[in-house]
Amino acid sequence: MKLIQSQTRNIVCAIGLSLFSVAVHAAVDAHSRNLAASCAACHGTNGQSVGGAPALAGMDKALFVNQMKDFKSGARPATVMHHHAKGYSDEEFEKLADFFAAQSR
Amino acid sequence: MSLDRRDFLKLTAAGIAVSVFPGCATSASEIVKKKGQRVVIVGGGFGGATAAKYIRMWSENKIEVVLIERNPTFISCPMSNTVLGGSRTIADLTQNYDTLKNKYGIELVRGEVTAVDPQKQTVMLADGYLSYDRLIIAPGVDFMFDRIEGLSAEVAGERIPHAWKAGAQTTLLRKQLESMADGGVFAISIPKAPYRCPPGPYERACQVAFYLKNNKPKSKVLILDANPDIVSKKGLFTAAWNELYPGMVEYRADAEVKQVNVAAKMIKTEFEDVKADVLNIIPPMKAGAVANLAGVVNVDNRWCAVDFLSYESKVHKNIHVIGDSVSAALPKSGHLASSQAKVCVAAIIELMQGRQPDTNPAIANTCYSMVSNNEAVHVAHVYRYNAEKQAMIAADGGGVSGKRSEGEGILANYWLKNILADVLL
Repeated sequence: MKLIQSQTRNIVCAIGLSLFSVAVHAAVDAHSRNLAASCAACHGTNGQSVGGAPALAGMDKALFVNQMKDFKSGARPATVMHHHAKGYSDEEFEKLADFFAAQSR
Repeated sequence: MSLDRRDFLKLTAAGIAVSVFPGCATSASEIVKKKGQRVVIVGGGFGGATAAKYIRMWSENKIEVVLIERNPTFISCPMSNTVLGGSRTIADLTQNYDTLKNKYGIELVRGEVTAVDPQKQTVMLADGYLSYDRLIIAPGVDFMFDRIEGLSAEVAGERIPHAWKAGAQTTLLRKQLESMADGGVFAISIPKAPYRCPPGPYERACQVAFYLKNNKPKSKVLILDANPDIVSKKGLFTAAWNELYPGMVEYRADAEVKQVNVAAKMIKTEFEDVKADVLNIIPPMKAGAVANLAGVVNVDNRWCAVDFLSYESKVHKNIHVIGDSVSAALPKSGHLASSQAKVCVAAIIELMQGRQPDTNPAIANTCYSMVSNNEAVHVAHVYRYNAEKQAMIAADGGGVSGKRSEGEGILANYWLKNILADVLL
């Protein structure tokens, strides 16, 4: 039973992964991926943080855009993020959000 | 003109590139047989290692990658000043290249490049050659020892460490600090900008002062800066010196070191002679030697001009330069070397498929400095491509911390953890 459960989980994971991979290529263009790549130093490869700064992978798109706008306006106080948010346009927030929303956690 | 051994070796290597190499390339053995489209990367630091991983990741392993590195392990320069303060060891900053090899299928070649042939598109090493479709040069900096009389690579290695590449010299400098008597002077000299890691020397002053405050409180840190003022995070560093280490750190601007007397531990600037107990001379820097071998050094005889959409050299087609060797209005940092690597490889992947690179790159830099064992400050900017100027320009809104904090100290440690994972795992 345990074995079956674990196999089922593997299959589900495999399907999840392959859908995810298709979704990334269909929905997220290279420019968005390139923009997002610079975030990895603090937030991990593809937003999969290994600690400290929050993971961005799989983050809700609307929440990501909202947080970035709040960092930019100062509505949300930040240690570092206001310095980054002010460097990007609202359109770029959308692109970044699309990329991170499509990443597996 | 006197030639030290290092210069002689470089000249010899350059000579080989011109006269012998074309013959060698046909008779010497191919180290790793090229099967498909291939990128060869020279240098496995923040830039080169990132490039290696991301080409494989973004090309879905379709492009061959050979990474040439002369050192057996990766040692992080960022955070290595904390080895002097005592909160880390070099071992804590050392990682291997196993994951790049095993998980990403990158061919690792340990060795030193002796010549590059931009026409034949080959790279020569002592035991053979490698062919490339695209070459990425990521050597970091080399030191211009000849700018300071009495200094040489040997002197730096054994007596007056610069410790500006993390490793044996960092450990040596820490030992010298430990051996210094209480009441001694630890002198740090800073070259004129541009140099690797603009805030690094001032962070180092904090780390040395942190050690001295706790172990040898009568001692002093003397900063001799060739620049007219503190280059980076000025208010934050002066606050740290005044508040955390009062009376211990002395700063002198416009103090360019011209000469060193190794035996007497004396340094000469334009204006004065300074005696110290530990000398840490950080020499002026230039692009790593392999950039010279490839003939892509074309700015002030020191740096490499590139197209910022692809990081392709302005001198040779199919040779790209990333990181500290690039001539740019960008700080020479590990984060920016890694960010440049991603723009470069994204462009290479497009170019190899007959498409054009992304025309609107934007990259970010976050740079923490540890001002004590647990408090940090940062500077962060986004840099955007300006098509008119064909340059990377800092976007509005970047800046530095309001004040130092333990919270930033924690973030700094996680920054290191995340970037090392992003580069190597």
